Amino acid sequence: MIQRLFWRWLALAILAAGAYATVVRFAKGLGAATNLSDQMPWGLWVGFDVLCGVGLAAGGFTITTAVYILHLEKLRPIVRPAVLTAFLGYLLVILALVYDLGRPWNIWRATVMWNPRSVMFEVAWCVMLYTTVLAVEFSPLLFDKLGWWRASRVARAAIVPLTAAGFILSTLHQSSLGSLYLILPTKLHPLWYSPLLPWLFWFSAVAGGLAMVIFESGMSARAFGRALELDVLEKLARAMAVFVGLFVFLRWWDLLVRGHAAAALHVAGPGSLAVQLFWLEQALFLVPAGLALSARWRHNPQRLFALACTLVAGFLVHRLNVSTTALAAGSSYLPSWMEVAVTLMLVTLGVVAFRWAVRHLAVFPSPHRLKEEQPAQAVYA
Amino acid sequence: MRALLFDVTRCVGCGACVAACCEANGLPGPESTDLGPSRYTVVRKTTTPTGEVYYRRLCMHCLDPACASVCPIGALKKSASGPVVYDASVCMGCRYCLQACPFEIPRYEWNSRAPKLGKCSLCAGRLAKGKPTACAEVCPTGATIYGERTELLKEARARIAAEPDKYVHHVYGEREVGGTCVLFLSNVPFRRLGLPENLPLEPLPNYTGRALSQIPPLVGSAGILLAGLWWLTNRKQEVARAECVGRAGGNAA
Repeated sequence: MIQRLFWRWLALAILAAGAYATVVRFAKGLGAATNLSDQMPWGLWVGFDVLCGVGLAAGGFTITTAVYILHLEKLRPIVRPAVLTAFLGYLLVILALVYDLGRPWNIWRATVMWNPRSVMFEVAWCVMLYTTVLAVEFSPLLFDKLGWWRASRVARAAIVPLTAAGFILSTLHQSSLGSLYLILPTKLHPLWYSPLLPWLFWFSAVAGGLAMVIFESGMSARAFGRALELDVLEKLARAMAVFVGLFVFLRWWDLLVRGHAAAALHVAGPGSLAVQLFWLEQALFLVPAGLALSARWRHNPQRLFALACTLVAGFLVHRLNVSTTALAAGSSYLPSWMEVAVTLMLVTLGVVAFRWAVRHLAVFPSPHRLKEEQPAQAVYA
Repeated sequence: MRALLFDVTRCVGCGACVAACCEANGLPGPESTDLGPSRYTVVRKTTTPTGEVYYRRLCMHCLDPACASVCPIGALKKSASGPVVYDASVCMGCRYCLQACPFEIPRYEWNSRAPKLGKCSLCAGRLAKGKPTACAEVCPTGATIYGERTELLKEARARIAAEPDKYVHHVYGEREVGGTCVLFLSNVPFRRLGLPENLPLEPLPNYTGRALSQIPPLVGSAGILLAGLWWLTNRKQEVARAECVGRAGGNAA
């Protein structure tokens, strides 16, 4: 009871601080609410809310692809929560952009004024289209609730092509978030600047997205008193380890090819912050991925949860390094409390919306319902 | 392509260019030596072992500008006659241009509810009327001169050749990031003038362009791969089901 009150008051405090920051941001401009500057034009809202938010919502496209394209029926029970989190994630990213854009009322112009040379243009289109895909993928839950059976059937019938479109759109913009930084060959630290940034962002998004699905399952199992789908999550942890392996391999191969491996191995000056952050990132990726190879860790709910959390942390450190600390002007920036408040408010809104959806929609199928909905072939597969 | 040549050795730091710039663009007078959303050019001083040197900061008007290439809606554009111009009415304020500029030139109205970008437009309006930029017109010592880019390059090389001991043997902006419309001649290292010396000679938009050009083949191969995997795994399921049904039928018989 006390615990519940604590969380409720914390959420209210965050929402109040966020509301105050919102008023300051829109009444007085970005300068009054943020620590951004001409040298650091992108801060926490781009680095965390957009880059990390989109990346951690990658569970949506990976799980749907696994179930509807690769026919991995065992993952079916987690499709709905994964789609729900991805959908909410993208809605929050768009909301964060309204805060971050200086003139958000012009956002629609990206649809009519094309600059195909701009990575941002491509990201904008993919995010718009993929959010639409997610809305359609999520819609049957709402339609079922409302009793609109025909609409629900139509949306379900389109799931395979939708999933394929979702995979392609996600691959494009997940990688392009990394491509955004390709135009900064002299401003971004050589330990992070790489022509492979798009691929590194794609692999880390797949791994981070899977870790996030495990994390959320753990959280919601605790919050709603559900049994954990351990046999499913255990498989995700294995896949996650594979994608972390590919990410780390690419990272080191790239450093070797570009001749910066020595710098990473301390020659850049012992105690240099960049090298320390690089190793923090490596550890937060490699330790959980390594432990995920052990069945003992994968099959223990607490340990599985801990390694998913650690990997999410590694993912966040990597993206925040690219977007803030590795920039030449990065040392001049620390987010203001109002930037932090808005970010926490968006996360809180996401949690509240998720809870609402779980309470009112069939997000987690009951064992009974699960049997009904699984197609016949699943029984034999 | 119209351009400017700025010769550090001829600048006396009088600031006439800054005043003329403010007047031509309807900006408040200069109250700082830093570029700002309403200070498109400034004159700064740096002390070197050989004495004091005055230099200007202003948009370099790259031949293939990073800022214009990254703008998702083309609010920044490179015009054929040279200027890189900004249209605030369509800008959505993503600030990718500030991030991408290798010279750290654009400035933002951080404290505005409808913030705009501020930067030199190479007096695009005056150029269209056949007039030189305001700064070049008023410069009393000829430190800033205006002309055709190829002519100014020739002039710059001639000055170096005539007084090789006086100048750094390099025309800054001739080849940096693919070339710029604002060229610098100097007797002190260019980094002392706030000009980065580690810039590639390749235009920066090529770096993102290489990634973007991979998209069409990527979409095609991903589509084929997904269709193939769907068919393969679907077939596997059908076979498994048929076998299962067959076995069940056999048992019944």
